[in-house]
Amino acid sequence: MKTPRATLLVAAAAAVTLFLSACSAGASDPGEGQNDSMAIAFTAEPVNLDFTSTSGVAIPEALMENVYESLVRVDEQGKIQPALAQEWDVSDDRRTYTFTLRDGVTFSNGAELTSEDVKYSYERVQNEWQNPLKSKMDIVEEITTPDDSTVEITLAKPSNMWLFNLTTLVGAVFDTAGTDDLANQAIGTGPYAVDSFTRGQSIDFVARDGYWGEQPAVANVEFKYFKDAVSAANALKSGEIDVVSNLQAPELASEFQNDDYQIVSGTTNGEVVLSMNNAEGIFADRTAREAVMYAIDRQAVLDTAWAGYGELIGSMVPPTDPYYEDLTQVWPYDPEKAKSLVDEAGISGEEFAFTVPNLPYAKAISEIVSSQLEAVGLKARIETQEFPAVWLDKTFTKHEYDMSVINHAEPRDLLTVFSSDYYTGYDDTKIKELAEKADTGTEEEYISGMKDIARTITEDAAADFLFLFPNLVVAKADVSGIPANRVSDAFRIADLSWA
Amino acid sequence: MLAYILGRFVQFLLSLFVASVIVFALMSVLPGNAAQVALGTNATPEAVAALEARYGLDEPPIVRYLDWVGGMVQGDFGTSYVTGTQITPVIVDSVQVTAIIVVTAIVLAVAIAVPLGTFAALEQRNWVGATISALSQIGIAIPNFLAAILLVMVFSLTLGWFPSQGWTAPIEGFGDFLAGLVLPVVALALVQAAILTRYVRSAVLDVMREDFIRTARAKGLTRTRALFAHGLRNAAIPVITVAGVQLATLLVGAVVIEQIFVLPGIGSELVRAVANRDLLTVQGIVMVLIVLVLIINFIVDLLYPVVDPRLRNAA
Repeated sequence: MKTPRATLLVAAAAAVTLFLSACSAGASDPGEGQNDSMAIAFTAEPVNLDFTSTSGVAIPEALMENVYESLVRVDEQGKIQPALAQEWDVSDDRRTYTFTLRDGVTFSNGAELTSEDVKYSYERVQNEWQNPLKSKMDIVEEITTPDDSTVEITLAKPSNMWLFNLTTLVGAVFDTAGTDDLANQAIGTGPYAVDSFTRGQSIDFVARDGYWGEQPAVANVEFKYFKDAVSAANALKSGEIDVVSNLQAPELASEFQNDDYQIVSGTTNGEVVLSMNNAEGIFADRTAREAVMYAIDRQAVLDTAWAGYGELIGSMVPPTDPYYEDLTQVWPYDPEKAKSLVDEAGISGEEFAFTVPNLPYAKAISEIVSSQLEAVGLKARIETQEFPAVWLDKTFTKHEYDMSVINHAEPRDLLTVFSSDYYTGYDDTKIKELAEKADTGTEEEYISGMKDIARTITEDAAADFLFLFPNLVVAKADVSGIPANRVSDAFRIADLSWA
Repeated sequence: MLAYILGRFVQFLLSLFVASVIVFALMSVLPGNAAQVALGTNATPEAVAALEARYGLDEPPIVRYLDWVGGMVQGDFGTSYVTGTQITPVIVDSVQVTAIIVVTAIVLAVAIAVPLGTFAALEQRNWVGATISALSQIGIAIPNFLAAILLVMVFSLTLGWFPSQGWTAPIEGFGDFLAGLVLPVVALALVQAAILTRYVRSAVLDVMREDFIRTARAKGLTRTRALFAHGLRNAAIPVITVAGVQLATLLVGAVVIEQIFVLPGIGSELVRAVANRDLLTVQGIVMVLIVLVLIINFIVDLLYPVVDPRLRNAA
């Protein structure tokens, strides 16, 4: 009976060999090639490279401004700047925009940018796109190309929103021959090209030759996707990555408060909204909604749920939008008043459905919010729903909810979120006319009109705007060029460099 | 023996058929669908309906089922409507990753558990045996994700010996491949080894009480010699059963470890597909897992008569 012993010996030897060879191979070598490469951690991973058919933040975050560019872009102060268009004129009736394209712009496949590409791309938004954001281009009536470097776009009516919308993904310009396999092949005019895309793992970007603008400082940038915030933080500590783009566990930030790292906390377009079903159920009654508004101590919610990172806003408008107004004092924290409103509405002790997507911030918020509500006599029945699938199905599509909480991350989305057929069920008759006037008016009328709308929505207690989701970036101390505020849907990598 | 193998094979095919029906039916009742997820928080009901039609989700279930099974028989799991890519290569790639990790982990677990368990049984009355028993008890109590986090803290963040995450394919760099393999494999193996150690210990203890061991001792063999000459082979049967079950469980159970170490294994692929309601991919992966589990059971069944001649005659 030699066999068992022999097997054992072989197995043990194999294990030891494995261990030793692994040790000698060593861990990855930090510092190597540091100047021309950078690795950045992200949470939301793209399922493919095609934002024309798939919605969500992950794909434009990776590709906009890095691979795809629009005629115009928005800067960190929220101002519209030239991109592929070096200038543009607006006709007197403010319906026709004449864009003059930059000279010498090429796509990563070598093709030259012409006005035909712009016409092709924007007509394609209307005809081929699946992404619901395509409705932002519905207003375009006609696109003509007088010559190779001029594009004339005529709108059905004047619109202040439209030029801004062009800075988002619907403005992306594709090559007429570059849209065959968008899910796997991204061909754009941007400073980087996608070198390789490993689904669920990473995207490798490489700076390409012949970019029209300034050549980026870092030649190779890798986006790495981490489901788990702790794994991302560990990878930063062990030097395997250089930047965590948006830390999803803010309590970990304190571990990086030393000279080796920097923490950048800025704004995003994400309003964390405690939404209430305005159309039916317990919160169709305005008094009930007002009770909620007074019952919630938003600073406490922010401190408990998100370690105090973020900003109180009081409306559906981030401070970087031109029509921002501080509305945090419209509904001060006043539990006594909330209690009396609960009694007035006759809903004390009545149970309602609080559907919570299984996302870290939403779960943290639901705990403290429901305890604050309970203190004034409102009883939330928390129902955790898998995000995105179940939440989108039950809460968002079928409106089977009374209260929910979600980060609405799209830029300038108050008119979308507060329309009658959206899941908030907000009665938008009051703001429809205002919105029409603001959009078609002058720029001043636009700003004052949008302010009125935001104020109306807040005063109607349509939803409780808990806080603005922070852009919390943690990086090695010698990384520079990190954008503090996220104003567009892109994570711009061209400005990054090693100090 | 041939009849035994044939019988097992028919059973295998029947199980596959039943599994495919169940998997397909379960997918159909899952709330939420791919069109809703793809369109996100800006979708109108019309847009969702249009995309459902484009994905073929509006076809009758029986047509979709036959399409799916027909393709699978030819090794084609279809094209994912969420990612726009072929599913077969995705499954082939991710199964390899998981198989490498899980098989290595089981080999390591057996290599640790068999000597430790045997030793613990032989020394059960003194402190060595007691210590091994206590350690294995602790090992069972520690979930593998916790073991993973502790290993990362010590060997990656403090000592810097191994990377805290990531996967390098063997052809891209064998050294990096091995380095990345160590922590996930150890995290999986430690817990499995602890469980297996207890099984080995009790199997050996049972065998030591058998009459034939007493006969061997009476013949003049020491306890240890009696065990090695006659006992171990008999103790192997329950241990093989448990190791087979562990291997099957780990194929899916490695998903947490895959997430922590960001490994592109089948578990991660499954979680991603479920989250995106990429039902064709989910169905494909689940079927592959079922096939693998059935194959493992089949092999374990075939191993019994090899280890124990008495079962050979019975079969």
